[in-house]
Amino acid sequence: MSAPLGFGLLPWLVTAWILLVGLYGVVTSRNLVHLVICVGVVQSSSYVLLLAIGYRSGGAPPVFVSRPPGAPAVDPVVQALMLTDIVVEATVIALLLALAVRAHQRAGTLDPDALDPMRG
Amino acid sequence: MNHTRLAGFFAAGAVIAALLLRGMGGLPPLGDYHGVYGETLARVAVAERHATDVVSAVNFDYRALDTLAEEFILFVSVLGVSVVLRRLADEREEAPTEARDQARPSRATGGARRTAPTSDAVRTLAVALVPVTIAFGAYMTSHGVPTPGGGFQGGVVLATAPLVVYVASDARAFRRIAPVRLVEVAEAVGAAGFVVVGALGLAAGRPFLTNVLPLGRPGTPLSGGIIFALNLTVGLEVAAGFVLLLVDFVRGALETRMEQGR
Repeated sequence: MSAPLGFGLLPWLVTAWILLVGLYGVVTSRNLVHLVICVGVVQSSSYVLLLAIGYRSGGAPPVFVSRPPGAPAVDPVVQALMLTDIVVEATVIALLLALAVRAHQRAGTLDPDALDPMRG
Repeated sequence: MNHTRLAGFFAAGAVIAALLLRGMGGLPPLGDYHGVYGETLARVAVAERHATDVVSAVNFDYRALDTLAEEFILFVSVLGVSVVLRRLADEREEAPTEARDQARPSRATGGARRTAPTSDAVRTLAVALVPVTIAFGAYMTSHGVPTPGGGFQGGVVLATAPLVVYVASDARAFRRIAPVRLVEVAEAVGAAGFVVVGALGLAAGRPFLTNVLPLGRPGTPLSGGIIFALNLTVGLEVAAGFVLLLVDFVRGALETRMEQGR
């Protein structure tokens, strides 16, 4: 089964697109919550890149419960990197959202352009 | 819309895109992976560690030190949320009561919205969902060694059970099933447990985080030595950490009033 032309480039294009769209969201954001979610989007571009690097054609998931250990499998190392990263990213986004909550409580607005710079 | 900022972004974005595509063009084509480390691990992990889920073996044995550092990033982030949302000197905490939730508009939502009582459909679904969630989370945490899963995934699933309770009822019920002290102690026990299991290697005269527990039979849940123990501690820590995040947000964002009204 031959893949369509350009399929080999697709993950790299998707990675670059997600990264740039997330950055665009961060740059033009007018709401702190939206900005934090865009930071999460930028981070997910790295997951696409890692998974695409570790992929092997004809490889199955690196779990050998019903298959012998020599069977072709995709790279387990990048998957291990990713799965801890996703969970940790969720808590970091929670920290950023807590800062957004505090900013709204103290300044009354969620617009990053309208917030005063930090003093003290 | 700040036009200078936008123009600057498009210029910088074009440079980033060019560098990215040039760099990624140097990678091998998709599917042509030949990394030596990954191939070796996939081949030897089952025989060496009796763990059929090689991803868990990488996370909790071969690269356990990295996972320890990641777990502590999670711990510090949760700590940071607790600090940021703590009660400041000029704030007063309101105890949640059902009458207050329904009668008075919430200040956090701009004073304009009244919270509606939860519908019967949501409550029924929650009653069905909570035991299934807990069972599935416990299964996923404890079966991380033979099949895909493990402490991180199972812990997150477990943490959604109190969240479902909060969504279906109110903050009062949520506070009753997730008291702050208990959740904090659970998270600390989970984080310290990782270090204690790693210190078992030190006690046996080997390096930190060596797999010194009995390995068991591959394909069964109780295999992999310290991989199983670390899965449990990480599951506890991640679940307690996420529940603590919820507690902090419910307490710090929804129930705090400032003394000088604004």
